[in-house]
Amino acid sequence: MSIAVYIAVMAGVTYIIRMLPFTFFRKKIKSRFIRSFLHYIPYAVLSAMTIPAIFYSTNSVITAVAGTVTALVLAYFDLPLIVVALSASAAAFITGLIERSL
Amino acid sequence: MRSDFTKGISHGIPIALGYLSVSFGFGIAAVRSGISPLAASVISLTNLTSAGQAAGIDIIAACGTLLEMILVQLTINIRYSLMALSLSQNLSPKFTTGHRLLASYGITDEIFAVCSAQKEPLTPLYMYGMIFIAALGWVTGTALGAKMGQILPQNISDAMGIVLYGMFIAIIIPPSRKEKSVLCVVAAAAAMSVVFKYLLTQVSGGFAIIICAIAAAALGAVFFPVKEDEAE
Repeated sequence: MSIAVYIAVMAGVTYIIRMLPFTFFRKKIKSRFIRSFLHYIPYAVLSAMTIPAIFYSTNSVITAVAGTVTALVLAYFDLPLIVVALSASAAAFITGLIERSL
Repeated sequence: MRSDFTKGISHGIPIALGYLSVSFGFGIAAVRSGISPLAASVISLTNLTSAGQAAGIDIIAACGTLLEMILVQLTINIRYSLMALSLSQNLSPKFTTGHRLLASYGITDEIFAVCSAQKEPLTPLYMYGMIFIAALGWVTGTALGAKMGQILPQNISDAMGIVLYGMFIAIIIPPSRKEKSVLCVVAAAAAMSVVFKYLLTQVSGGFAIIICAIAAAALGAVFFPVKEDEAE
């Protein structure tokens, strides 16, 4: 089968999944349960995606833990997204250097 | 008008940087599966999703059926429907059908995360700015990874792997600190995710995230229903 067919099917399915609810859902939801559910969904999704995957994101649990702790502390003090994200990466990098030199 | 676009771009820069590193890895993996750098870049441009693409190239490499491709993409990416539904509740009146059709293309985990943290209703230009810069990072990273493979030293690319997760933490921690309800939802989702990862390993990663998220958000909705004016 041509790779173009695979790509078209992949892209088509992925687009439809995003497009249908975004385009055709116009009403403000009345149900208090559903509104509450949608209020919490972002945090629930991101939390489930982050833990425990973050500990495997750098090929070393030690550097990942250093990055995670750095991110948690900086996020607790409400620093901007990019500062938190890049500091986590820098902490993982520096810890990796120390780890290798030991 | 123009400032919404530039605001979207500036909010999207951390996303683009994270994508650059993640898609670099995707580019390398795609070429290893026998996919050309051009095809890999087209996949990234048309799909704009990490887990779905990674599963997709496995199916292509194995010459799988189209039905398998459809089912795998549905399973891994169905979370975007929940995100799209959630975002649809906070759109500015400027979001006409045409704008909705266009902007749906760019609903990713990270774009959703940043957009849902906005207090004001989302405008099309804001989302376009963010999608533009994020997609640029995603496709550029894929092409670089596919073409050049190992130009980045291993310890730098390893450290870059945490960027997107660091951004997720920056999104979930401040509201968890302010609202006990959000903290409970976040803790419940993380705990369930750990259980799936180590105990219920037969459930695929995409499904596990959907189950954890729905269960944790439902718990939150039952025990901490939002007040009338709070849920936007």
